[in-house]
Amino acid sequence: MQGDTACAYGALYGGCNFFAGYPITPASEIAESLSIELPNVGGYCLQMEDEIASIGAVIGAVWAGARGMTATSGPGFSLMQENIGYAFMTETPCVIIDVQRSGPSTGQATLPAQGDIMQARWGTHGDHQIIALSPATVQECLTLTADAFNLAERYRNPVIVLTDGEIGHLREKMTFPDPSDIELVNRRLGSSNQHAFGGEMIPPMFELGHGSFVHVTGSSHKETGMRDVFSQEVHDTLIRRIYTKIDVNRDKLVRVEEHFMDDAEVALVSLGVASRPTMGAVLEARNNGLKVGFLRLMIVWPFPKKKIAAIGKKVKKILVPEMNLGQLSREIERFVDCEVVSISKVGGVSHRVSEIYSVIEHYT
Amino acid sequence: MAANNNILNYIREEIFPTAFCPGCGCGTVLNCFVHMLDKVGIDKRDLILVTGIGCSSWIPSPYLEADTLHTTHGRPIAFATGVKVMKPDKYVVVIAGDGDLAGIGGNHLMHAARRNVGLKVFLVNNYIYGMTGGQVAPTTPTGVPTTTTPYGNPEPPMNIAEIVTAAGADYVARWTTYHVRKLMHSMEQAMKKKGFSLIEIMSQCPVSYGKRVKLKKGSDMLRYFRDNSVPIQKTGDLTEEELSGKIVIGKLVDRERTEFTATLNAIVEKREKEVGTS
Repeated sequence: MQGDTACAYGALYGGCNFFAGYPITPASEIAESLSIELPNVGGYCLQMEDEIASIGAVIGAVWAGARGMTATSGPGFSLMQENIGYAFMTETPCVIIDVQRSGPSTGQATLPAQGDIMQARWGTHGDHQIIALSPATVQECLTLTADAFNLAERYRNPVIVLTDGEIGHLREKMTFPDPSDIELVNRRLGSSNQHAFGGEMIPPMFELGHGSFVHVTGSSHKETGMRDVFSQEVHDTLIRRIYTKIDVNRDKLVRVEEHFMDDAEVALVSLGVASRPTMGAVLEARNNGLKVGFLRLMIVWPFPKKKIAAIGKKVKKILVPEMNLGQLSREIERFVDCEVVSISKVGGVSHRVSEIYSVIEHYT
Repeated sequence: MAANNNILNYIREEIFPTAFCPGCGCGTVLNCFVHMLDKVGIDKRDLILVTGIGCSSWIPSPYLEADTLHTTHGRPIAFATGVKVMKPDKYVVVIAGDGDLAGIGGNHLMHAARRNVGLKVFLVNNYIYGMTGGQVAPTTPTGVPTTTTPYGNPEPPMNIAEIVTAAGADYVARWTTYHVRKLMHSMEQAMKKKGFSLIEIMSQCPVSYGKRVKLKKGSDMLRYFRDNSVPIQKTGDLTEEELSGKIVIGKLVDRERTEFTATLNAIVEKREKEVGTS
């Protein structure tokens, strides 16, 4: 099974019944797989005229009752940013898969990178919070995509799955989980004494077409959904609430995997495709008696800062293999006092185990 | 138009008065729309209104009481396509402006017409970017000075109805805010069509457009619409020169192609059945 295809099946496990997308390497296989599978389960798969329309159609469909997703890569992800901001502002649960490729611009269109970590966090304008997951295996492409749908519903927020061209096109063995093992978080729908945009930290939704006369706007709005763009207080209350609803749930959202951290003096922190050669290098280092540990992040945003801070207190150095020029390592630096070293590689070729091992050897 | 209390049923009265400038045509479009809803007897629970950014997007949002999705600039048709797929039995109505639907969102307009998605699009064309203060629009006539074409617009305007017709829409009409009864009748026809329906409504913006073409009051512009409109049936008798600068009004297209969500649902139903039996 290929990573992209696994994402498509993950969406089905997550209850997806609406997909809209636009062809782009290396993400097209997600749309192709869903165009085969969605109609079989009563779902809809649309190819739109561009990525802006794709995310727009997804948001419209979600408000009309769908569990919706789109999938793209760097250039398309850039185009989607305004409407991702709309999804944040209107608290629309939806899933966006970004199969990262080497950029900026057309860059190395077919090759992997991890250059969208910060775009996932800050791509749209204004203050906002995003949830972003990072699979490192084909199996995780399935499980984390399914997970993304549940997180989107639970927190009423867009959720991004940050995979990359390497994982997306990688073929490896995968097990289809028993559907009963995957919990489905259903959408919470409101009743007459509630509001769709306030009154509680994560308000229930009022979908279109149920006669509740819901008013959904990307403008600043009151709890009722009515536009109010001149009140400092209304905007402040709205933005702080939808920012905080993710922030206060950081601990619940942490998804990490730890290896050999108990007696580690040097820690490696990595995610996605870069974590695969990292694991190889760490195993080799341990075989050679070097005291290194490994923390693999399966969630990027909100950043698991407590976990990182705790590791920062334990070890002398943190090494960060990453396929960008420091987007992950700089975030780590914000939460630790020890030295953080980026093992940075760009150019569409993932790290070799030996490249990472030689840095480990240098610092131990 | 006789006063009709039933139309208040469709209005969020508590939000009135509207923010429209004196003389604006948006109020007329709103008025025609709710009178048409009342006349046809459309239940507001069956309406889903989708809008973009600009003055005319405020016609439904928030003045009309129905489900309303007020989207990003230029994108209401894309959002509405997602809505229509999930709710094919509802009236999914897009009301927005020329800058929104034909300028920044022109791509979505063409493709929705090509797909023949069963949306009702009421495109309010006021020749200008009014909300932002009077910048040139893709619909501004050549030579008109605007805040961003101070020496006159160097570009020819876009013929929205023709583009949508060529793209494949099932129903296309053009009216002005002067022709209120015809406009209401046309809106009724559009609501009853299955496929993509668009009415281009030429509307007045005396504040940001009219003053630039020496039609400073709303009533000046309405007189202009009255005196410069040519019914489509009469265009055959006129030369190209005589038609220059005229507004061709009337029903331009009325045909029956397969509607997009119907085709989509037929595929889904067939697949579900085949998978169910295999």
